[in-house]
Amino acid sequence: MLLGISNLRMKTTKKRGRPAAAPAKLLPKCPTGIQGLDEITGGGLPRGRPTLVCGGAGCGKTLLATEFLVRGATDYGEPGVLMAFEETEAELKANVASLGFDLAGLVRRKQIVIDYVHLEPGQIQESGDYDLEGLFVRLNHAIDSIGAKRVVLDTLEALFAGLRNEAILRAELRRLFRWLKVKGVTAVITAERGDDQLTRHGLEEYVSDCVILLDHRVNDQIATRHLRVVKYRGALHGTNEFPFLIGAAGLSVLPITSLGLNHKVSNERIGTGIPRLDAMLGGRGFFRGSSILLTGTPGTGKTIIAANFAHAACTRGERCLFFSFEESPDQIIRNLQSIGLRLEPFVKSGLLRFHSARPSLYGLEMHLATMFKDIAQFRPRTVIVDPITSLMDAGTKFESKAMVTRLVDYLKAQLITSLFVSLTQGGHALQQSEAAMSSLMDSWLLLQDFQGNGERNRVLYVLKARGMAHSNQIREFLISSRGVDLVDAYIGPSGVLTGSARAAQTAREKAEALAGQLEAGRRKRELEGTRQALERQISGLRSEYEASAVELRQIDEQVRTQTRLLTTGRTELGRLRQADISAVAGARNGTVNRRGA
Amino acid sequence: MTRKAVPPAASAIRRRAAKLWQLRLYVMDQTPNSVAALSSLRRLCEQCLKGHYRIKVIDLLKHPQLARGDQILAVPTVVRRLPSPVRTVIGSLADTERVLIGLDLRAAD
Repeated sequence: MLLGISNLRMKTTKKRGRPAAAPAKLLPKCPTGIQGLDEITGGGLPRGRPTLVCGGAGCGKTLLATEFLVRGATDYGEPGVLMAFEETEAELKANVASLGFDLAGLVRRKQIVIDYVHLEPGQIQESGDYDLEGLFVRLNHAIDSIGAKRVVLDTLEALFAGLRNEAILRAELRRLFRWLKVKGVTAVITAERGDDQLTRHGLEEYVSDCVILLDHRVNDQIATRHLRVVKYRGALHGTNEFPFLIGAAGLSVLPITSLGLNHKVSNERIGTGIPRLDAMLGGRGFFRGSSILLTGTPGTGKTIIAANFAHAACTRGERCLFFSFEESPDQIIRNLQSIGLRLEPFVKSGLLRFHSARPSLYGLEMHLATMFKDIAQFRPRTVIVDPITSLMDAGTKFESKAMVTRLVDYLKAQLITSLFVSLTQGGHALQQSEAAMSSLMDSWLLLQDFQGNGERNRVLYVLKARGMAHSNQIREFLISSRGVDLVDAYIGPSGVLTGSARAAQTAREKAEALAGQLEAGRRKRELEGTRQALERQISGLRSEYEASAVELRQIDEQVRTQTRLLTTGRTELGRLRQADISAVAGARNGTVNRRGA
Repeated sequence: MTRKAVPPAASAIRRRAAKLWQLRLYVMDQTPNSVAALSSLRRLCEQCLKGHYRIKVIDLLKHPQLARGDQILAVPTVVRRLPSPVRTVIGSLADTERVLIGLDLRAAD
């Protein structure tokens, strides 16, 4: 007699020709589309084979399975069947709607079939022998009705509560898994975690290809979900425990250890909104797509620099997303107006978006997931996180670092410039607290307090800036109603002077310069006087000299006149005495000489 | 098989039998379990509900889409559609006592 079971098998055998079931050299994988899970498993779940997902209550088994189906239908064109033993179709649709999955729409478009199997414990009477052919028929019908490639059975263990004959049940389950393989569908079977074994009813015995363990545990009052691939036959897989998030966009596993460092970089530089700061960074600001860490003690003006950065981005016409974990958007806008920075127009025009949430609102995983969603939705060119430190308090040290790594990596991969504000405790900006985070950052600005002279002043310096020339100088950071500015701090023999000390020093220098000027003027005038006196003397002497020259000439003239007169007299005498002229002349000369002597 | 009257022995049965019983038997082709279940059910109904029952046999091999409506998992399955509430018994119905309890069908004897 021909049995129904074998009949059904014949039916499936006919459909076995599909490529999914065809053995390949490499184990074919079925991508889940779940962020991170495909990276851990090296491409997805084993195609055409069942995978067991086990874990305690509330650790996300159903969600993982549902996302596997939804992603398959939407991203990979693989219709799926969801056989639910615990939740009704309406419940399931409502539950995943909050994750942005339009399960109802997928069902309407015949991409997903949901079959709710209702099993009330103790309601079914068993009498005699039976098999679970009804389940097979339903599953087979559902698969064939839409040509499903993926199947989820959630949670198959409900059968153990509904049916008493465990011997039949186990035999049928074994047959079911074999049948699923023959059918060539990639199946995910969820199961409750057992005390001393993976699943309460030992389902791992039947599913031997891939086992994923989910776990939800609390560390330091913070609950985190973890995922581990316990077994993956025939494939390499990450064996670590990976934290995973259930966010508004579904599941996201954080495979920190498998993040590749191969993002593209940009040579474009973008301004910070503070010209002097740009000047410190080689005159052109930061690289686009780089990650910037801004640390500082309380009240050093971190948010102001961040807001300037946002303002500059929006002025360039780029979208900017501002994650604020301490202040509400209105408060930030109001406070920055006091220094003349108007952000409101940008908020209104949609270039600037604030996302404010208390860090304690929910766990780190949720924060990260919401941030991812916001970033994916808004697609900003610049992201500001103010401050990252309060967010990091929401998780353990390791988790926070993993989170920041993932965030930085995500932003870098999309060439989004990111500014992380970090609050340091204590009087001085200690660097070791950020040591873990700083290695992830491309640039690091440090804001610090300088105390002295009964006042407190802010200084800023560039601690590091990968790949660009930058100033090593400390600059004083001034905040006034006209905005912010950086000025050279006074560096003298007594160290760095800021604030009033710098002002006093400048004044002192000014006074000294003024005194010097006065002194020089006085000396100049003095010298001028001396010079004029000398000049007067010179002109006196010259007139004297000229007077004596005139006298000399007069004397000469006198002598010549006298001589002539004398000669004339002698000649006249000689003529009168009839003397020889030459003798007279000679005699005259001798006479003259004698008189001159 | 809608026949009226035929007074049963006990009054309790009369009260229950006043209405027509609607039973569905889900089978899978002609498997031994299915065949056994059908004959058992017929025998029991004849004993307790003579003339006041209707059995609809549904072959899931021919109508797989019908399995969902009555939440069928196991084969064979008997579903008591009427009188309400719905009651379900699975198996070859070899254990008569259990069938009677399951369908709330006290034997006339």
